[in-house]
Amino acid sequence: MAQGILEIEDSNFESEVIKSDKLVMVDFWAPWCGPCKAIGPVVEELAATFGDKVKFVKCNVDSNPITPGKYGINAIPTLIFFKGGEIKNQIVGMVAKIKLEEAIKNLL
Amino acid sequence: MKSVDYDLVIIGGGPAGLTAGLYASRARLNVILIEKLVPGGQILITDWIENYPGFPKGISGPDLVQNMSDQAKAFGLKIESNEVMSLDLSEKVKSLKLYDKTVTARAVIIATGASPKKLGIPGEEKFSGKGVSICATCDGPFFRDKVVAAVGGGDTAVQESIFLTKFAKKVYLIHRRDQLRATGILRERALANEKIEFLWDSALTGIDGSSRVEKIAVKNLKSGEIRELSADGCFIWIGIQPNADFLGNEIARDQFGFITVNSRMETSVPGVFAAGDVRNTPLRQIATAVGDAAVAAFSAEHYIEN
Repeated sequence: MAQGILEIEDSNFESEVIKSDKLVMVDFWAPWCGPCKAIGPVVEELAATFGDKVKFVKCNVDSNPITPGKYGINAIPTLIFFKGGEIKNQIVGMVAKIKLEEAIKNLL
Repeated sequence: MKSVDYDLVIIGGGPAGLTAGLYASRARLNVILIEKLVPGGQILITDWIENYPGFPKGISGPDLVQNMSDQAKAFGLKIESNEVMSLDLSEKVKSLKLYDKTVTARAVIIATGASPKKLGIPGEEKFSGKGVSICATCDGPFFRDKVVAAVGGGDTAVQESIFLTKFAKKVYLIHRRDQLRATGILRERALANEKIEFLWDSALTGIDGSSRVEKIAVKNLKSGEIRELSADGCFIWIGIQPNADFLGNEIARDQFGFITVNSRMETSVPGVFAAGDVRNTPLRQIATAVGDAAVAAFSAEHYIEN
């Protein structure tokens, strides 16, 4: 597990994401998804840069079906930004690192 | 004389760009590769590659990218995450406007690849990521025991439809003609697959649903009859278009927008080369992309030295 990125499950999604007082970026991924693997290092770099202000978490959609179902996810990678329990931004597919940095800065 | 940032800038980090980067690094050029997403390109969304020589059991797209990237980096290739917005080719030294800065180079290799084409039918945009997809390896497992439609008849459409049958209980393969264009072995596998139902001489004309894909409209091109089918997903593989929107008019292109090059991968602008899917090539494969790229890097090296 990369430093600064918490692997969450259906059981602690509420406590770790919804109830977080920080901005949270959830990376919905699965082991069979090539692009998800490819953006993994990008998310790690973002965590290294913004880790003090933003909470970075990953959710494996294979082992945690409830959360992705609740948010209607049927394409991955999907990144969702939560603040105060609400969805602030949702990004589907691969996106440039600079665009993600912008998205984060806009929400801080 | 004004200083130049790089001998060579390679735009795009798919197989062509990474191969050009490998050759240029070994040639000890001062080179940088610029990739707007992450290295890999279209092979990241390829389930399994079994026609790239050297891997008798086949290899996954992401693993092959990782190998290519590691190999190029081992010789010193630098990869920057950035996007080339436009090129200024009016001077001998080329100027590249990136997202947040401008860099200069003596030579440029364009290896930006191609992207899947869209059908342009109702519902396609609206349900993108909500059942409409181009990536079976990303989204296929969301359709376990469901019914999906796939559009196309080429290698990608046929190979990925076969992959979808691992999850879906049924795959409608919608194709404009009455036979597949895909290569022999893929045709055989698809035709023998009981989960695939072929809708020949047909076109997808609409996608509909409430919050996600629920039904599709398919038109028989011979009779003109349109029927509605229930489907939970829709995968569109009807060919590709070049990623060349950032280019101006200086670089000559063919009628479909692909960059025209000669056998040395030289474009119409001296010092600018193109390789891989973005160029006018009769075959778009990893094997052809890496071949192009080796030639392009060699030509670029020769151009820089002279």
